[in-house]
Amino acid sequence: MFHSLGRYILLLRLSFRKPEKFSVYWAGVMREMVSIGIGSLGIICIISVFIGAVAAVQVAFQLISPIIPKTVVGSISRDSTILEFSPTICALVLAGRVGSSIASQIGTMRVTEQIDALEIMGVNAPGYLISPKIISGVSMIPLLTIISVILGLSGGYLACAVSRDVAPSDYIAGLQDGFNHVIVTVCAVKSIVFGFIITSVCAYFGFYTSGGALEVGQSATKGVVYSCIWILFADLIISSLLL
Amino acid sequence: MITVKDIYKTFGENHVLRGITAEFKSGKNNLIIGGSGSGKTTLLKCIVGLHEPTKGQVFFADQNFTDMDFEQRVPIRTHIGMLFQNSALFDSMTVEENIMFPLNLFTDKSKEEKLERANFCLERVNLKGKNKLFPAELSGGMKKRVGIARAISMQPKYLFVDEPNSGLDPKTSILIDELISELTLEYNTTTVVVTHDMNSVMGIGDHIIFLHDGQKWWEGTNKEIAHTDNKELNDFVFASKFMQAAKAKL
Repeated sequence: MFHSLGRYILLLRLSFRKPEKFSVYWAGVMREMVSIGIGSLGIICIISVFIGAVAAVQVAFQLISPIIPKTVVGSISRDSTILEFSPTICALVLAGRVGSSIASQIGTMRVTEQIDALEIMGVNAPGYLISPKIISGVSMIPLLTIISVILGLSGGYLACAVSRDVAPSDYIAGLQDGFNHVIVTVCAVKSIVFGFIITSVCAYFGFYTSGGALEVGQSATKGVVYSCIWILFADLIISSLLL
Repeated sequence: MITVKDIYKTFGENHVLRGITAEFKSGKNNLIIGGSGSGKTTLLKCIVGLHEPTKGQVFFADQNFTDMDFEQRVPIRTHIGMLFQNSALFDSMTVEENIMFPLNLFTDKSKEEKLERANFCLERVNLKGKNKLFPAELSGGMKKRVGIARAISMQPKYLFVDEPNSGLDPKTSILIDELISELTLEYNTTTVVVTHDMNSVMGIGDHIIFLHDGQKWWEGTNKEIAHTDNKELNDFVFASKFMQAAKAKL
């Protein structure tokens, strides 16, 4: 385990060495931003609306009583969506979509000697391949999380409007009631950390792939599994430290 | 010129290279031949720095490549071109982008100049007009030729070729061999070719090193190889009935 951790840290150090040519790396960052950001937008939109709707319906089911104000549904949905559902569930979904793509892409480049070709040319392969992905991950995943929060809360509104368990006006009032902006900070920190974990962990497994097509698949699986574990671990640590 | 001095390479308990010393001269096709598992590709990877030798040194001209760190190696690497066994073209890039890739990273040429160089390299390998194709759209022989075009885009002093004929039909193999030989003369490169193809050995082998069991077993030219009394080399070179018949006619 310590061997892998050491290798991971060394790989990260190599990834952030001075680029051979900034413009080429910048183009790579832009490509990755499109791939991670735009490419994941559809799935994030779909899951966010449903998560928000389900959260509102379940909170309404559990907490509606004559002695509890109906606005509480909006407040609890807001806090749970911003604090947990949007950053964490989005990150877990993105670990599957983005992480497996990163690990298999880099892994395939390794087994087909494309990484060797980069090194022969004098290109810092970890820098060229991994740093644009990490930069894109830590910038695009927070943006996706913001979109997810907005859509999640909208999903809750839609659920209230459709089910009529809670009046939409009560839900909106609940969203505005007792808002503490620390939860936004926590959400932002989580999404940045999760973005870093997804891209770096999956890149690590891809970069150290050896063998053939079978091993590329195994690297992608390992990358996704380890990123999910680290996301949940980081989730606990961040929540404990910041709340 | 490239000099390797007393190169050893060990993977765990497996001693792949055992004290290889050799010189590879510029303007010559230097061939490393040997059976499967003899250490040819490992030697090539030690020379280009993809593997670090367990012991020994590699010199490019008079510069000790082995003792250099990554940054120090970059100026030498920009003079290295390499054709990999499976071509190792970047899948996500077109033919043109593959060839322009090292130019983009290591030169300050304008886009027009880079494009002109890419077109020249493509024309040199008889692939004019294939700029916009992706590697997946190319045949094995075309991939090799694009690999060569990419390798020569920076006008290298050193050209390394790993199994250039693997997976190719005999006619295409000969074309690739001829192309490598022509480029060696044209750019006066120090060309090192790893192969076990006897057509290549007899066709372009200006200087041949035969590896057996991780050691240099024989060294000579393609003219000398047919007349050697080295048993292991004879077993390797004249393994096929065709080569035995050819030898009988000599």
